[in-house]
Amino acid sequence: MKILVPVKRVIDANVKVRVKSDQSGVELANIKMAMNPFCEIAVEAALRMREAGQADEVIVVSAGVSQCQETLRTGLAMGADRAILIEDDQDLEPLVVAKLLKAVCEREEPGLVLLGKQAIDGDNNQTGQMLSALLGWSNATFASSIEVNDDHFKVTRELDSGLESVTANRPSVITVDLRLNEPRYASLPNIMKAKKKPMDKLTAADLGVDSSPRLQVVKVEEPPARQAGIKVSSAEELVDKLRNEAKVI
Amino acid sequence: MTILVIAEHDNSELKPATHNTIGAAGQLDGDVHLLVAGSGCASVAEQAAGIPGIAQVLHCDSVEYEHFLSENMSPLLVSMAGNYSHILAPATTFGKNIMPRAAALLDSQQISDISGIESNDTFVRPIYAGNAMATVKSNDSVKLLTVRITSFEAVAETGGSAEIVTAAAAGDSGLTAFAGADISKSERPELTSADIVVSGGRGMQSGENFPMLESIADKLGAAVGASRAAVDAGYVPNDYQVGQTGKVVAPNLYIAVGISGAIQHLAGMKDSKVIVAINKDEEAPIFQVADYGWVADLFEAVPQLDAALDAG
Repeated sequence: MKILVPVKRVIDANVKVRVKSDQSGVELANIKMAMNPFCEIAVEAALRMREAGQADEVIVVSAGVSQCQETLRTGLAMGADRAILIEDDQDLEPLVVAKLLKAVCEREEPGLVLLGKQAIDGDNNQTGQMLSALLGWSNATFASSIEVNDDHFKVTRELDSGLESVTANRPSVITVDLRLNEPRYASLPNIMKAKKKPMDKLTAADLGVDSSPRLQVVKVEEPPARQAGIKVSSAEELVDKLRNEAKVI
Repeated sequence: MTILVIAEHDNSELKPATHNTIGAAGQLDGDVHLLVAGSGCASVAEQAAGIPGIAQVLHCDSVEYEHFLSENMSPLLVSMAGNYSHILAPATTFGKNIMPRAAALLDSQQISDISGIESNDTFVRPIYAGNAMATVKSNDSVKLLTVRITSFEAVAETGGSAEIVTAAAAGDSGLTAFAGADISKSERPELTSADIVVSGGRGMQSGENFPMLESIADKLGAAVGASRAAVDAGYVPNDYQVGQTGKVVAPNLYIAVGISGAIQHLAGMKDSKVIVAINKDEEAPIFQVADYGWVADLFEAVPQLDAALDAG
């Protein structure tokens, strides 16, 4: 089985996001970027399947600006076999990314696509579900465990109400949640090796996809700020404030 | 224009998130229809018909909708979409799972987790864990929206009398099958709709210490939540998680115990009306958003708080 793992380049999770003064978006210049944390979990899951003999090839793919090569190299350094860059300078919306990935799936014919459930920049939580729709494949979202069987995957899903398990026919698109695994760090020798691994470069035009956005971003603003309040020093004082000042209990 | 809201329910009753989603739909121009798709869910359709402001309840009852699998729900939405300008679902795991699959089939760029409605085509939504708010405009002919339920008032549950129309099922895709569930059972209020939430973080040190918080929660009629760190450490199940990737809550009172206040946790609770933080580290970022901060060892503070609640 071949596994395709789409990965996204996002602002590093530890960097404080700043809104641009012209309200056109958030500041990306000279900001530390990294692989979206959920995508790291997807890469790790794919590598473990290959290591367990359940898959024979792991391909990482990323759509976006040229610097997404760095994100792909991270995936290769973790252990992926090869990479595909779909280079495009536009702000790619989930539907566009799903269309690009569908075209890649038609070329590569993977048995499984593993993605993060959401990216921590747009927080959309859409791409995997959309890809499964365009392919007409089964879809299991928010996976906290994945069992590979001959004709299906058994997936435990994290829901607001608890856990649910489903069987999803192969091939499938599965989106991963936080508790599926802890991604490995790339070792220095593997980072060096990753530089020699193959990386194909494609464009949206090569894949026959119109990558222009549908949504118009009217503005991006700072959220309303919350002010720190006061300190209390005893349980009695806290209960008194909650009862008589805030009146919430 | 007519607006379709997808009801979240469990085949026996509506989930509260549905009422907030209808509240959002009410800010758009047009009649609101409510789709109740499930299996053996006639009582839910009847309950739905009582919600004021609903023009029509579409009741689609068929075994393939019993577990709300996206592969079955999405063709149903597609079969109905031609009649609607907007389709809304709550931004819960129910809506997040179903809606993008339908949106892709309709070639519509969904707008996730809207927290504000500027007009029929322009919506506000948090991005970057709520560290920025984006206002976006859609020109898609049918707009698919998931709704941040804490940002919209719930509509009343009774007082209306909508007609119930039977809707045709769209068939079983056969792509996935339900294989079991481990649903958390609790006598406490649901986390996302509770008036008061008491949450514990890594500082709790063990799941065995959570009964301390449960005791306070029960005195306040509160729900119990947790930070990602506490869930990752296995102290409590995943459905306790409050944050960017867990549940978003906005109760009247949020009590954060032993929670440092990572950005991704704040994303899930900073719209709470009053925030209390109890943490022994006075530099913890949670104090920057807390109305009442108490720098104390939680293992001393929580029993004292418990006793002070009794004393009142």
